[in-house]
Amino acid sequence: MSSWLDYTINGLIVGNVYALVAVGLALIFGVSRLINFAQGSIYLVGAYIGWVAVVQLHTPLPLTIIFVAVVAALVGLIIERFGLRPLQNSVRIAPLLATIGISFVLDQLVMLTFSPNPRALPSQLPDVRFQVGGGTIGPLDLLIAGVGLSSALLLFVFLRYTKLGWAVRAASQDRDAAMQMGVDVNRVNQTVFGIAAALGGVSGLLVGMYYNQIDTAMSLQATLKGVVAEVVGGAGNVPGAVIGSLLLGLVESYGVAVFGTSYRNLFAFLLLVVVLVLRPNGLFASARQAPPEPLTGTFIAPSRPVRIPRWALAAAVAAFAILPLLPVSFYVLQTLINAWLLGMLALSLTLVAGTIGQVSLGHAALLAIGAYTSALLSLTLYVPVGLAIIAGGLMSAALGTILISPSFRLRGHYVSIATLAIGEIVSLVILNWESVTRGPIGISGIPPLSLFGFDLISPTSVYWFSFAVMVVLALLQARLLGSHLGRSFRAIRDDDIAARAYGLSLNRYKSLAFIFGGFAAGVSGGIAAHLYSYINHETFNTQQSILALTVVILGGLGNVVGAIVGAVALVGLPEIFRVAAEYRILIYGIVLLLLVRFRPQGLLGTI
Amino acid sequence: MAEANTPLLSLRGLTRRFGGLTAVDGMDLDLAKGGLVSIIGPNGAGKTTLFNLVTGLDRPDAGEVRFEGQDITGLSPERLAGGGIARTFQLGRVFGNLSVMDNVLIGAHTRLRAVKPAVPVIGPLLELGLALLRPASVKAEEERLREDVKAILARFGERLLPRIDQPAYSLSYANRRRVEIARALALKPRLLLLDEPTAGMNPSETAEMQALVAELKAEGLTILLIEHKLEMVMRLSDRVIVMDEGMKIAEGPGEEVRNDPKVIEAYLGHGLSGGAEQESAA
Repeated sequence: MSSWLDYTINGLIVGNVYALVAVGLALIFGVSRLINFAQGSIYLVGAYIGWVAVVQLHTPLPLTIIFVAVVAALVGLIIERFGLRPLQNSVRIAPLLATIGISFVLDQLVMLTFSPNPRALPSQLPDVRFQVGGGTIGPLDLLIAGVGLSSALLLFVFLRYTKLGWAVRAASQDRDAAMQMGVDVNRVNQTVFGIAAALGGVSGLLVGMYYNQIDTAMSLQATLKGVVAEVVGGAGNVPGAVIGSLLLGLVESYGVAVFGTSYRNLFAFLLLVVVLVLRPNGLFASARQAPPEPLTGTFIAPSRPVRIPRWALAAAVAAFAILPLLPVSFYVLQTLINAWLLGMLALSLTLVAGTIGQVSLGHAALLAIGAYTSALLSLTLYVPVGLAIIAGGLMSAALGTILISPSFRLRGHYVSIATLAIGEIVSLVILNWESVTRGPIGISGIPPLSLFGFDLISPTSVYWFSFAVMVVLALLQARLLGSHLGRSFRAIRDDDIAARAYGLSLNRYKSLAFIFGGFAAGVSGGIAAHLYSYINHETFNTQQSILALTVVILGGLGNVVGAIVGAVALVGLPEIFRVAAEYRILIYGIVLLLLVRFRPQGLLGTI
Repeated sequence: MAEANTPLLSLRGLTRRFGGLTAVDGMDLDLAKGGLVSIIGPNGAGKTTLFNLVTGLDRPDAGEVRFEGQDITGLSPERLAGGGIARTFQLGRVFGNLSVMDNVLIGAHTRLRAVKPAVPVIGPLLELGLALLRPASVKAEEERLREDVKAILARFGERLLPRIDQPAYSLSYANRRRVEIARALALKPRLLLLDEPTAGMNPSETAEMQALVAELKAEGLTILLIEHKLEMVMRLSDRVIVMDEGMKIAEGPGEEVRNDPKVIEAYLGHGLSGGAEQESAA
C-alpha cells in the first residue's frame, strides 16, 4: 500500500512539472492557435541557466528561480519578436515549422556551449524525507508543488483581474474581434510568450534538480510531454492543461509501477493517441462543435512549380549514374549514398506531407520498421537481402499505415502531434519488445547488401544500387502524381471538406498515400540497415524525421525532383564545406527558419 | 422503384442545434424531380446549415432526410456524392493549387469506374495499382472525362476554357464560383444544391449565371437554390421557401411569398411590418 502512495505522490509531483510546460503551451495555443515546439528548448535553456547560477554563481535558491525565469522570459520574447511575428500573415503551417526550426537552433546552441555530456545540477535543498502516511516526501517535492500551485494562482489572478490578462483572454476567444476593440495583439502575444517561457524555464530548473542531472536530450522529451498534457486537457484550455498534466503524471507513475521504467514514455504517448482518437478536442471539450472554417489554400503556400525539362532530368540522372566511373573519391560516393537514402525518405515524406498535406513528424518510424523487418528476415530466416528489403518496404507500408490511421481524422497541427507520438511509440516498442527486436542491445551482424547472390560491398556498387532504387521510386511517384490519385490527394490537402462533398473518402486516400510513401521509406530503412550492419532503437530518431521535413520544404512540398535536390543539398553541401557534425543540425534549423520566412514554397515550388 | 409522385428530396422535421442556438428548427421541404425550389431568408437564418444537413457535412439532431424515398439521414458526404447529390459552397471552396481542369475532374470522381473496381477489401490497393499501371481502359476513361470537362467548361463561354490549366487560386472570385458549378455538374448530379451562386457577381455576370441555371432546369435537373437576389429567385423558382431563425416562415409561389407580411417583417424588422401589412391589404 505504502508504495502506491509513493507512486501517487511521485505522479502528482511530475505532473506539476509537466503543468508548468503545458500551461505555457496552452496560453500560446489559446492566443495564436499554434503548438509551440520550441517550448522544450526554453525548458532546456532554463535548466542550463539554472546550472550556471547554482554551480558557477552560487546564487541562493530564490534568486536562482527568479534569474532563470527572467532569462527564459527574455528568450521567449526574442522567439516571439523575431521568429514568429514576421509570419503572422503566412500560411498556417509556417509558424509550426518555425518553432521546430527555433527548437533545433536553441538545442544546438546549448549543446555547443555546454557540450552534450550530462551535468549534475545540485538541488540546493537539504536531503531529508518526511513520512506522510505510508509514503515519504522531500523538501524538493514540496518546492515543486509550491511553485506549481503558486504559479497557477498567479496566472489565475493575472488573467482574471488585470487589464492585460483580460486582453489575453479576449484575444484567445476571438482574435479579430479583440483587435477591432483596440486590443494590441502583438503585446498580448509578447506577454503570453514571456509568461510561457518563464514557466518553461523554471520547470526545466526544477526537473534538473529533481533528477540531479541535466542533458541536452531533455528538450524534445519536455516538448512531447507538455504537448501530451496540453492536448489531453484540450488545446488552449489553461485549467485543462493543469489537469491533463496531473493525469499524465499519474498515468506514467502507475505505468512505471506496474511495468518498469522503460515504459514511462510509452504510456504518455498511448494516452495522447487515445485522447486524439476519442476526444480530439481534449477531455473537457464539448463533444460536438460547429463545422470547422474553410481552410482553402491557407495550409500551404500557393506557388507555380519550376518546370524542369525532361531532357535536363534525364541528363542529370545519366550524369549521376556515370559518376562512379570518373575519378571521384570514395568519400564523395559515400556522401551521395547517404543523399540517396535520405532522398527516398524525402520522396515518402513529400508525398505524405506535401501532396496530401499530412505533415508527419514521425516519419523515421517508417525507416525503423523497414530496417528491422529487413534485418530480422535476412538474419533469422535467411531471406535473400534483396527480397528482405522489399519485404521491409511492404511491412512499413502496411504497419505504418495501420499505426498512423488514428490520425486520419485529425487536421493541421494535430496531425503533426499524432504522428510525432506514433513515431515515439514505434521506437519505444522496439526498445521494449526484446524477444523480437533484441531491445536496447540492437541488432548487429546484419548481412551486407546483395542482389541475386552477389554481395554489394564496394562503394561503387552500393552507390549504383541505392541510386537506381531511388530513381525507380521517384519515377513511380511521378507517375502516381499524374494519375487521378495525384489530383485526389492534392484536393484533399487543399480542402478536405469540399473533397468529401465530391465523394473522396479521406480514410481511403490517406491510406493509399501512406501505403505508397511507407513503402519508399521502408525500402530506404532496409537498405540502411544492411549498409550499417548494426541498428538499434535510436538509429532512426526524431532528428531524422525533422531533417527529412527540412529537405522536403527546401525542395518544395509535393515536389518529387525537389525532394531529391533537397536531399543532395542538405547532405552534400555540409560535406563539401567540411562542416563539423555538431554544427550541421544548427545549419538545418537555420535553413528551415530562413525557408519558412523567405521562400515557403521551397526551391522548386509546391506541386 | 419510387412512385412517380414521390418527391426526389423530402425533409421532415429537420433540426440542428448549436449549443443554445437552434440553427435549423423543424424544417419540412419537398422537392419534386425536375423542380427548382429556392430558399431565401436573412443572413443567419440557417440556410447553409440546412445544405450541410442535406449533403452529410453535418448531422441533424432530429428529423429525417429522404432522397428518392430512401432515408439518407446522417449518411457521409462521400456516400451522398456517390448517390448523385452535388453542391456548391457559399464561400467558394475550390481546390486552390489544382488547375481548373483538375478541379472539375474531382467533380467527376464518383463516376470513375475503370480505375476504381468495386471489389471489397482490396479495392483501394487495386486502385493504386491501376493508377500506376494505367491500362488502356483507365486511359480511355480519363480521356472521356477530360472531354466531358471541356464540354462543361464550354457552357461558361470564354470564361474558363482559356484558363483551363491555371491554378484555381489565380482566378477571379466570379470565376471560382463558375469552377465550383462546373465541378458540381461534372458529378452528373441528380440533385444540385447551389449556395448563393451569384454572390459577388456584377449584374451582367448575374444575368449570365441566371441563364445557365435556367438552362440546367430546362434540361430537367432538380435544383435547390439559396440566393439573395430576389429578381433571379422570382424568375427561376417553382416555389420559394422563406427561412428565419431556423424556421420556415412562408412557402409558395414567388409572388405570393414576396407580399407575405411575415417575410417583409423578417427582412425589414418589426418597425416596418405594420406599414407593410397595410400596404399589402390595400
